[in-house]
Amino acid sequence: MIGLTHYLAVAAILFTLGVLGIFLNRRNIILMLMAIELILLAVNINLVAFSAFLGDLVGQVFAMFVLTVAAAEAAIGLAILVIFFRRRGSIAVDDVNRMRG
Amino acid sequence: MNFAAILPEIILTIGALVLMMVAAFMGRRASALCSWSAVALLLGAAMALLGEPQRAGALFGGLIAADGFGAFGKLLIYLCAAVAVVIAHNWFERDFEHAAEYPVLILLAVVGMSVMVSATNLMSLYVGLELNSLAAYVLASYRRTDERSAEAGLKYFVLGALASGILLYGISLLYGFTGTTQFDGVAAAFLRDGTGSIGLLFGLVFTLAGLAFKISAVPFHMWTPDVYEGAPTPVTAFFASAPKVAAMLLGVRVCLDALGPAIDAWRQIMTFAALASIFLGAVAAYGQTNIKRLLAYSSINNVGFALIGLVAGGVAGASSVLFYMAVYVVMTLGAFLCVLRMKNENGEPLEGIDSLSGLSQSRPGLAAALAVFMFSLAGIPPLFGFWPKLMVFNAAVAEGLYPLAVAGILGTVIGAFYYLKIIKVMYFDAPGAPYARGGSGLEGALIALAALVVSPLGYLLIGPLGQLTANAAGSLF
Repeated sequence: MIGLTHYLAVAAILFTLGVLGIFLNRRNIILMLMAIELILLAVNINLVAFSAFLGDLVGQVFAMFVLTVAAAEAAIGLAILVIFFRRRGSIAVDDVNRMRG
Repeated sequence: MNFAAILPEIILTIGALVLMMVAAFMGRRASALCSWSAVALLLGAAMALLGEPQRAGALFGGLIAADGFGAFGKLLIYLCAAVAVVIAHNWFERDFEHAAEYPVLILLAVVGMSVMVSATNLMSLYVGLELNSLAAYVLASYRRTDERSAEAGLKYFVLGALASGILLYGISLLYGFTGTTQFDGVAAAFLRDGTGSIGLLFGLVFTLAGLAFKISAVPFHMWTPDVYEGAPTPVTAFFASAPKVAAMLLGVRVCLDALGPAIDAWRQIMTFAALASIFLGAVAAYGQTNIKRLLAYSSINNVGFALIGLVAGGVAGASSVLFYMAVYVVMTLGAFLCVLRMKNENGEPLEGIDSLSGLSQSRPGLAAALAVFMFSLAGIPPLFGFWPKLMVFNAAVAEGLYPLAVAGILGTVIGAFYYLKIIKVMYFDAPGAPYARGGSGLEGALIALAALVVSPLGYLLIGPLGQLTANAAGSLF
């Protein structure tokens, strides 16, 4: 039988992968955007699992809000990435280094 | 459905949508119209705060509350945003094609901040925070032809989205282990179960980490210097004032309201964040050569002091945080207004601290104003910046947190060094190339007004402002 703990474990693993994906990835900023999505989806799994377990609808409503905001966030992230690429001609993480210190 | 109680937000939302259409159809010609309408909308929203419905209490099933605390925060935010619009007008007018959209983005960010300071539910907290953040990411990369601005936007976006993710993960755990997203429900669960539950503790830590990012407290400050340096100066002035107030007040409400019964758990975290911010903000500012970067570290340093008030907790602590933020935004906006005046003869903005050398001879008025702001940020009496620092230390001492207060005072002394360095450059170094003359009279008047408030004359404000902050903080409990 799959219980709440299993869902929470999956969400925790996805969340950790997402955070690691942002910090360990040195190649590509698109990968960072994907890692961010992974984090948000991990949160959604958490919310929906808790919601089902508690018999409380708020968690599912919250998940809808998270999905909506994630879509807006991805749109803005890609737009910023495009203007960055226009200036620098690269989306490698190591090239985001005009300012240091 | 008490719509009168959210009148300021309604004014700003509808205004922003209309102005967006105006900007889309009229293009660059609309920039003056949009800027001044945005200022009028912000002042109108500030007026709407004075009405009776603004004390209506819980609204919309407890999603947000209209109370004195929120009203005080909104008043500060609207005034900061109005200044940010006014100063941006000349800046973008010079050579920029999309000047008309800037006030729209500011208004949308301000709506988000309004929701942040009045949120009493984890869901409205998140939506308000994101509405503010999404507009802020665009603002940071607003000069899209400038490499540094694009990079600032990208860094802000990636780290901000990560912080939102961490905050959300914490919120999901809090929701799961308390069964509610209402602040008072979360508080009741903490009262019932204590902080023994590992799930609740994880939720608390993750939520506070996400909030610490938004107020740029150490160890989540890494984005601040880069974003402040890269973003256009009016945007930096905005970032250093209004969103800081909103996030700080949100933090106060979350800590004292939702996490109130778990004070022993978050007090340690916040004590660490406060002291680390004060010391890192002071030490890391030493080697900086860019004034915007230096002011970024100054803002990290100042957030640390405000956090001391939060650590103290209670009405006294909360009102000292409100007082601190009110005086802080005046000082920091004043400093950024002076930075806006740093232009070479071709009207190009300068940011190097060395370009300030000998300013007291070429522009004595500007040098005196900047000196006043620097002394005040350092908290040197008799300037007004000394008083809020005294208030937070008082609140900490009243709670018996002597080591914290002593460490904070030591931090003040260390931090004074780099503020004094700027004054030394302005008053004792050989004059360099003078700045271009001119600049709008309105900006000059704002600098003079800010300097007047932080001058010793500001002490006249202690009575009314103290009363206002005490009432606002009292409405939390």
